Amino acid sequence: MSIQVRNITKRFGPFTALEDVSLDIPTGELVALLGPSGCGKTTLLRIIAGLEAPDSGQILFEGEDVARQSARRRQVGFVFQHYALFRHMTVFENVAFGLTVRPRRQRPPKDAIRRRVRDLLRLVQLEHFADRLPTQLSGGQRQRVALARALAIEPKVLLLDEPFGALDAKVRQELRRWLRRLHDEIHVTSVFVTHDQEEALEVADYAAVMNQGRVEQIGRPEEVYHDPATPFVYNFLGNVNVFHGPVEDGKLRIGNMRVDLPEGQSNLRSATIYVRPHQLDIGLQPTDPNHFRARTVYINPAGPTVKVELVSEWGDTIHVELSQERYEALQLRGQTDVFVFLKRKRMTLWSHRRRTP
Amino acid sequence: MPATPRHRGFSSTAVPAVTSEPAWVRRGFIGVALAFLSLFLLVPLVAVFVFALQKGAGAYLAAVSEPAAQAAVRLTLQTTLIAVVLNVVFGVAAAWAITKFEFPGKNILVTLIDLPFAVSPVISGLVFVLLFGADGWLAPLIEPLGLKIIFAPAGIVLATVFVTFPFVARELIPLMQAQGTEEEEAAIVLGASGWQTFLRVTLPNIKWGLLYGVILCTARSMGEFGAVSVVSGHVRGLTNTLPLHVEILYNEYNFAAAFAVASLLALVALATLTAKSIVAWRSQRPRAGAGLNARTK
Repeated sequence: MSIQVRNITKRFGPFTALEDVSLDIPTGELVALLGPSGCGKTTLLRIIAGLEAPDSGQILFEGEDVARQSARRRQVGFVFQHYALFRHMTVFENVAFGLTVRPRRQRPPKDAIRRRVRDLLRLVQLEHFADRLPTQLSGGQRQRVALARALAIEPKVLLLDEPFGALDAKVRQELRRWLRRLHDEIHVTSVFVTHDQEEALEVADYAAVMNQGRVEQIGRPEEVYHDPATPFVYNFLGNVNVFHGPVEDGKLRIGNMRVDLPEGQSNLRSATIYVRPHQLDIGLQPTDPNHFRARTVYINPAGPTVKVELVSEWGDTIHVELSQERYEALQLRGQTDVFVFLKRKRMTLWSHRRRTP
Repeated sequence: MPATPRHRGFSSTAVPAVTSEPAWVRRGFIGVALAFLSLFLLVPLVAVFVFALQKGAGAYLAAVSEPAAQAAVRLTLQTTLIAVVLNVVFGVAAAWAITKFEFPGKNILVTLIDLPFAVSPVISGLVFVLLFGADGWLAPLIEPLGLKIIFAPAGIVLATVFVTFPFVARELIPLMQAQGTEEEEAAIVLGASGWQTFLRVTLPNIKWGLLYGVILCTARSMGEFGAVSVVSGHVRGLTNTLPLHVEILYNEYNFAAAFAVASLLALVALATLTAKSIVAWRSQRPRAGAGLNARTK
């Protein structure tokens, strides 16, 4: 079941939560709504579910407008951030709820319900917990019960609001890989909301990056990461260095560094480029004339890469990530004057002047 | 809601050193509290039963079983039943509306619910006399129907409902606010109707709070004097509730009988307190009943 979001606008008093948002979610894909808190991603999810009514716009399920249809009739599976399990019911009763509230004629017989619940509990690896109450489960287990409960009604779409937000880092990683595998198994069109870019890029087929009530970019994770459409997306998807300088002879000058501009951009008077920390390198000697000077301020060697913070010759803070081997070879100690190089001369990076973050 | 351990009883190890006081301070405070409690609560309670039984058990039984006393008991029970049922319906509806929806005038509704607490019961009674009495505003409406409200049981029910109607709503509103609306949303997304959501999700979550409100409402309905006194007319055997009957007996210098009937009300009060404590204790550990078939880790 595909979902089309068409020109959705939603205001809460003077605050505009969503402004003219349009989004296509293809059948069977797992899509992340990614953005900082307050960007409208949860509101959009709730509007898709029918828990919130848009001020204007359409929500199409497989081409059919459901924007005026009640949440009850939409047949969506919704997983709440804080699980919202029925606290007085056992795990079994929670999962069975969506089936037992059906009108008598559509309700499956008792043992069919029992079989379905047992299958779902096996799917979420909780078959031995059927008689427990939600309070007797860990956070990760509760989240899986919430997921099983949502899947019990055979939803046309599965919506998850910050599904791993309330869990600790380790459980979170396990659970998101598990969700990915689960999605590959059941293939129901799914949308999940997250503020964690790593989570979105790792789990989703497509990521929609949102900011201040708008969708900034939607694309495959590698597209939004390597080819950000706006400065906001660039910034949001990881650390970034912003360089601004004059354009001379069709090249951007930053210190002694000359950067080739993309086609058709060479007639600008000045330009801004965005460079990720791992696209820069550090040297003790000016082995390449294309460089600028900087001084190391802080080094954090813990982790898979070494994070170096520097101050450039013009006083800006620069972030560089080095491999452990490179760091060993350089033998950086304390505050050192160094030369910073761009690993790739030909900038394919986003380099327009229109908006700066 | 996190369970507060207020029913655990006192234990010296639970008090951090920084907040513990010298023994004489502690004993002093406990002594003052106990002295007040005995003087203002225990002594009067004991006195009721002593006076009630001063002419012997036979006189006591006669006083509580004479027809006028029996009629008063009946009327009190009927009034209480009606008031409690109406208050449960109103209280749940109001609490539901206030905590689960946003609508204009919500704050005014919340304030209005407290009105009976703010107004003296005698005034509430008078208001009903002014509305439904012989020359009242609404008299032209009810007279042709042959209804009698003032100086009749109907007036007593009205006055009692008015005085008690904050109890259930007040008990439920904070509870339902703390629980939020997520579980209801979950139920609706899963396909439950509004009624199913209420019966299967909301009601089980608020049952202890509701019961607590019902108990308070019952106690107040049985004991209400001021408002009821104004609208009743004190017709013996017809419009006398228990508290009014006590007053009449007392004014007739029939002290033993007055206290005998009063002791019934005192017993109701004790039963209410016990029920209240049990409910408070149960609601602190809401899983107790459901935990029977749950395996422990």
